[in-house]
Amino acid sequence: MKDHVTEIVVFTILFLAVSAIGFVAARWRRPDDLLHLNEWGLGGRSFGGWITWFLIGGDLYTAYTFVAVPALLFAAGAAGFFAVPYTVIIYPMVMFVLARLWSVSHRHGFVTPADFVRARFQSPTLALLIALTGIVATMPYIALQLVGIESVLKTMGVVGASGFGRHLPLIIAFAILAAYTYQSGLRAPALIAFVKDALIYLVIIVAVFYLPAKLGGWGAIFDAANAKFTASPAKTDGIILNANNQLQYITLAFGSALALFLYPHSVTGVLASKNRDVIKRNMSALPAYSLLLGLIALLGFAAIAAKVTPIHGDGNTIVPSLFDKLFPDWFAGIAFAAVGIGALVPAAIMSIAAANLFTRNIYKEYLKRDASPQQEASVSKLASLVVKLGALAFVVFVNPQFSIDLQLIGGVIILQTLPSVGLGLYTRWFHRGALIAGWAAGLLLAFWMLWQIPNAATKHAHFGGSAFPLSKFGFDSTKSIYVGFVAVLVNLAVAAIVTLILRASKVADGGDDTVPEDYTADATDEPAAQGKGDADSEDLAPEPIT
Amino acid sequence: MSDPSSPRSRPSPWGWLLLIPVVVPLITTFYNADSPRFLGFPRFYWLQLAYIILGVGTTTVVYQMTKKRR
Repeated sequence: MKDHVTEIVVFTILFLAVSAIGFVAARWRRPDDLLHLNEWGLGGRSFGGWITWFLIGGDLYTAYTFVAVPALLFAAGAAGFFAVPYTVIIYPMVMFVLARLWSVSHRHGFVTPADFVRARFQSPTLALLIALTGIVATMPYIALQLVGIESVLKTMGVVGASGFGRHLPLIIAFAILAAYTYQSGLRAPALIAFVKDALIYLVIIVAVFYLPAKLGGWGAIFDAANAKFTASPAKTDGIILNANNQLQYITLAFGSALALFLYPHSVTGVLASKNRDVIKRNMSALPAYSLLLGLIALLGFAAIAAKVTPIHGDGNTIVPSLFDKLFPDWFAGIAFAAVGIGALVPAAIMSIAAANLFTRNIYKEYLKRDASPQQEASVSKLASLVVKLGALAFVVFVNPQFSIDLQLIGGVIILQTLPSVGLGLYTRWFHRGALIAGWAAGLLLAFWMLWQIPNAATKHAHFGGSAFPLSKFGFDSTKSIYVGFVAVLVNLAVAAIVTLILRASKVADGGDDTVPEDYTADATDEPAAQGKGDADSEDLAPEPIT
Repeated sequence: MSDPSSPRSRPSPWGWLLLIPVVVPLITTFYNADSPRFLGFPRFYWLQLAYIILGVGTTTVVYQMTKKRR
């Protein structure tokens, strides 16, 4: 057994330093009054290009991604590389969509995607469903960040294989995170994201050059991976795709891209920026993280070449084990801190986003209609603690493999908000009742399909993956397809058909609180008179464009 | 208040360019092969990583062409 003392010391020092930054963040760009949802939950809606780049980058490319994607390549090969096309196509897809979302939210003071749906379709019920969908989809995602930290802790040998005590380091780490998120709100992850990304970029640049030098070059690494997959009995692996998983590959990439900016935490990052320009410029800058992700993904193959084996049978320990085996101890400690801190940023933003959904679309809508912005902020702060406790419970009481399955389901269910939120930004054509019907149909179909998919590795009979064999639909085919993609198509079809039926039978539809100009408004334009929040318009000379 | 007839309310034709980096990475026949290798990377990997440049280039052009004139 190797001695991990150096790694643990480096990790702990960096972790504590970052925690201190999290507490100090409350004073950063200090507002007059932090106890306002615009301040606590959206950082004052004032972030410029650089902060937004770090914040959204830290938000979307999570520690879990950095741990799980290489684990996927390690186990299955090329199929795991879908994360690269996914994060390439996302930005051109959403460039104008997010600008519209920012504009309408700025004009009306929206904090959550459900706020938008409520105003667009004048339907608190639809907004409630969107909010619940968002909260349910986000919870396991937060849990997965903990799984990311845990993979590092496991590698350093500070958590055993069983017993309650094994979770203690994780609980301490999470308690610190909960405390500074409570105090500083979105400013904490925004400030920590700088440190996190600096560490991650450093580690990856070193890894990309240092590891191949130790392993005989990239060519040798790919050859080792190829040899492993050729020898394995499974038919779906290999360093390129085969005839049967190409459809799954592209529908998973496309469906995941559609889903990404429907997640409440992604929207939080977008709404915290100060004008449309910041968002549009970031669509060209964020792919730098995709390059990073692609290189990290290939560490899965490097692990094959280095003959790394998972710890306690947990595939997520592949990358940490690779670092442990090949890096000097002090640098492995920095790498582990990068992953651990990388988990804190998204976990904080996700819990803030889920808390905002609860506050705006459940508490204010159904429990206390006249809540002041101060009360909203207080409720959100408490809700963020509850959300984190829930995520912690997932990890402590449930098999981590199960939370990974839940995250998979999370992606499929958040995709069912596409017609209301995504298309809603462009058209008010759908009937609000039809959107509810489509949402329900999409979810039912998705659950039926996911139920049918076994997981060969973990021997679960259900919810074992997102690749659905077309043969189960009765097609004479060996191909498979991404569940979420099929479900959202059915969702859209149902929403369209039911809209026609409801219109024909003259069932009352809601109105629309937004006007077309809202969707192109910029920071220099006045907030709409009926705006719920008090979107501050005085800060707002747009940044000069370089 | 913005004037609905102002130029930025109309979708710009430059936006259609964005279809290229969305569609091209989804055509597996372009990249689903081992050879030719580049710096040891099979085509499957280096070409998909190269698409990142395609995405950055296109979004930059579209941003420059659609940003507000002052």
